[in-house]
Amino acid sequence: MTDDELIWRIAGGSGDGIASTSQNFAKALMRSGLHVFTHRHYPSRIRGGHTYTEIRAREEPTKSRGDGYNFLLALGDSFARNPQDNAYYGKEEIKPLSENLDELREGGVIVYDSGLLDPSEIPNFDERVEENGWHVFDLDLRSLAREHGREVMRNTAGVGVTCAITGFDLEYVETLMRDAMKESILEPNLTVLEEAYEMVQEEYDVDAPDVSVPTGEHDEEQLLMSGSDAIAYGAIDEGCRFIAGYPMTPWTEVFTIMSQNLPELGGISEQVEDEIAAAALAIGASHAGVKAMSGSSGGGFALMSEPLGLAEMTETPVVLVEAMRAGPSTGMPTKPEQGDLEHVLYTSQGDSNRVVFAPGTVAEAYDASRKAFHFAYEYQIPSIVVYDQKLGGEMVNVPKSHFDRDPNPTLGSTLTEAELEDAPHSEDGKFSRFRHDTPEDNGVSPRSIPGQKGGRFLATGNEHMPQGHISEDPDNRVIQMDHRMQKLASIREELDSDPESSAQTYYGEDDATYGIMTFGSQQGTVEEAVSRLNDDGHSVKSIGVTDMMPYPEQEVTEFIESVDEVLVVEMNASAQFRGLTQKELGRFGDKLTSLLKYNGNPFEPAEVVDGFKENILGEEDLPQHQTTSVPAAGD
Amino acid sequence: MSAFNAIDDEREIDREEFTPALEPQPTWCPGCGDFGVLKALKQAMPEVGRTPEETLLVTGIGCSGKLNSYFESYGFHTIHGRSLPIARAAKLANPGLEVVAAGGDGDGYGIGGNHFMHTARENHDMTYIVFNNEIFGLTKGQTSPTSPMGHKSKTQPHGSAKQPLRPLSMALNSGASYIARTAAVNPNQAKQILQEAMEHDGFAHVDFLTQCPTWNKDAKQYVPYIDINESDDYDFDNTNREEAAEMMFETENKLHEGEVLTGRYYVDSDRPSYQQEKQNIGEMPDEPLAERYFDEDYEWERSYDMFLDKHA
Repeated sequence: MTDDELIWRIAGGSGDGIASTSQNFAKALMRSGLHVFTHRHYPSRIRGGHTYTEIRAREEPTKSRGDGYNFLLALGDSFARNPQDNAYYGKEEIKPLSENLDELREGGVIVYDSGLLDPSEIPNFDERVEENGWHVFDLDLRSLAREHGREVMRNTAGVGVTCAITGFDLEYVETLMRDAMKESILEPNLTVLEEAYEMVQEEYDVDAPDVSVPTGEHDEEQLLMSGSDAIAYGAIDEGCRFIAGYPMTPWTEVFTIMSQNLPELGGISEQVEDEIAAAALAIGASHAGVKAMSGSSGGGFALMSEPLGLAEMTETPVVLVEAMRAGPSTGMPTKPEQGDLEHVLYTSQGDSNRVVFAPGTVAEAYDASRKAFHFAYEYQIPSIVVYDQKLGGEMVNVPKSHFDRDPNPTLGSTLTEAELEDAPHSEDGKFSRFRHDTPEDNGVSPRSIPGQKGGRFLATGNEHMPQGHISEDPDNRVIQMDHRMQKLASIREELDSDPESSAQTYYGEDDATYGIMTFGSQQGTVEEAVSRLNDDGHSVKSIGVTDMMPYPEQEVTEFIESVDEVLVVEMNASAQFRGLTQKELGRFGDKLTSLLKYNGNPFEPAEVVDGFKENILGEEDLPQHQTTSVPAAGD
Repeated sequence: MSAFNAIDDEREIDREEFTPALEPQPTWCPGCGDFGVLKALKQAMPEVGRTPEETLLVTGIGCSGKLNSYFESYGFHTIHGRSLPIARAAKLANPGLEVVAAGGDGDGYGIGGNHFMHTARENHDMTYIVFNNEIFGLTKGQTSPTSPMGHKSKTQPHGSAKQPLRPLSMALNSGASYIARTAAVNPNQAKQILQEAMEHDGFAHVDFLTQCPTWNKDAKQYVPYIDINESDDYDFDNTNREEAAEMMFETENKLHEGEVLTGRYYVDSDRPSYQQEKQNIGEMPDEPLAERYFDEDYEWERSYDMFLDKHA
């Protein structure tokens, strides 16, 4: 095997420490100068169940998981509970080995813990090893861990073995362990690591498999960060000091990061009774003059529908995040999907009036989070960052300099008491909070905050007059609706005013013949597919769209018009993004072909490559994938 | 220097300040008990010493939700059942505000019951007035969570098969630290109870019997009322949880037998408010968070300086 990349998969049961071990190893690889990208696969349970994390490490920037992988560290599921052969979910104990074989590349490495796993339970294991040229290392990691430390240190032993086989300098791993571990567990872990390393070096021919960790060098300092981290830090840097939430996978990550950091910043985090309350608290805090956020995943976000509409009607700034997972209903809680796009865009009664961003990368997630606050508070409108379990959980290296920006704690369009003195009031002395005749004519009327002198008004979810009184007068209704709906046009204008800062991400040559469109977390995968297609001699470019509402009409129109045909890639079953594009642009139905995936796993680059070849180029006899195509109108 | 100079403004307060200069025509029917709440609140406010601009009156949906249309202050007329989470967050954001939430029995005990339970449990320093008319009024007379068993309406044509909810007992079990019942027919007691509720440091729940003459009972049916704290027939200690529970149970039973008992049922002055508890564990700033956004000298923290090293 002569891959120029390491794709290392560590597999075990939930609770086996896969996540923390893989995070440390990814960081070690990053520190050695490589670009890394991780992909998590885990079940919805506390202990047991097949789980893995994959780390892809390369010399060049890495935006996506690869196709398959080349190094398996199968630890075994130490919490497996139903070892019967005929169990409903199959025999779980062996899954960390058996479930991962299909995707292991030819010539790949298998390290398994023979203390827990017995490959004779896997049909045709030896034949498959032979056929694929796999290199198998059966090591009793459990005994080794027990001998020098505790059983749970099997992970550490596995990392030591990995370093020995791939020739990766142990020093990177040891430094990280010294930084992260308490004294009491550090020494035994170091011993386990070194013993495992030496055991493999002494007893095995580590040169037989030609798999190694590539070398690289960064030109600036890198951070290992997930989309959830980036969203939380974006909020903090915008001065968000209030969060309310209710736990739900995968949104819980952002909620946790905020809750752990806010006390140190003199902020407030509230875990409350349900998501209706969570959204309502964020609105209440914002109304009282604090930058606030809430969020959830599909089902919890559904509960936020009515408060969301209240924020639109009362022009209360608020930021919500929605971490999509596979639906409908409880669906597959730990699996990614992009099926909540329409839900987020249109939920709540009446005409929807909100900002929605779907960032494509970890770095973009930080930017989108900051922009969401900017637009929410300047334009007094709810902003939503919609992402998914993939982007939220994937860890990638991002240049530290990306985050070296000034904070922006402004409350936006808010008046001070001094300014309120000169602001228009109605005859009864109430502040004209909802005046529609603002000089800027951009849909924004500056607000006052309770407790300010001269600012009292009524906020209400009913239609209302400028000072807030409930009114069903038709003329007032039309004026107020038009005033509120004006905001999205104003926001689009602000976004378009600086093309340099467009959140849409273009990839490939401008004059390419074909295009691929996607939104949110599939962007990096699409870009890798575009690279491969162009390397194969095709002419393809891509656009990753982040602005969902207000839609970047001009940019997307130009992209679609510039190519002969477009493949629209999204992770849902009903082509919601394509639908949005056609609705917003009012045409192009005959030019957009969909490639969809909804099996619970994100796209791999090869699936996009083959989907393009089949649907756009008309090639036949391609490898089959669990994807679905919907042809363009008329095809 | 505060950005909110209406707060703690030491000046004489006239109850007329709480009446809008251009008073909108109330949507309430003649003889409605809601007028009693409005009047009692206007009278209590100057006694508490709070002005319209340091008061945030948050309401739900229903006839009662219109309270802040006829009361001069900062107001937030929210959505059905959600006045409490909005109100308590505003209090957390700026504890200097006088925060009062109000809504009907359907709003607070039905659709918003979960919020009622948890806001009481957390003991937020605020007042919650429930207009309890034992009916859904605005939607034209359907059976509500506090309607008595057997209550007939268009949606319960054979009479309700459900026992009515026990609002006072529910507040006690949930953790409210001040619990009272008053009635629109008893304006003096109502004013005093609202004043005490607002002065109480913690979650004060006032179950306010408001007759709905159009769809349910008229005022006469809440007369005579008995003040349990003054009546010789009732001897109990309202700082004792067990005795309070018993008194509440009896009161809730008697209402449906036609006997109206009112008064202060439970007062716990020792329990710290939620804000205090949260400050004790270091999860709530000493200065009101809302002030910070107007403080030009505040040095805003950056994630870059504070949290990014652990990702390197």
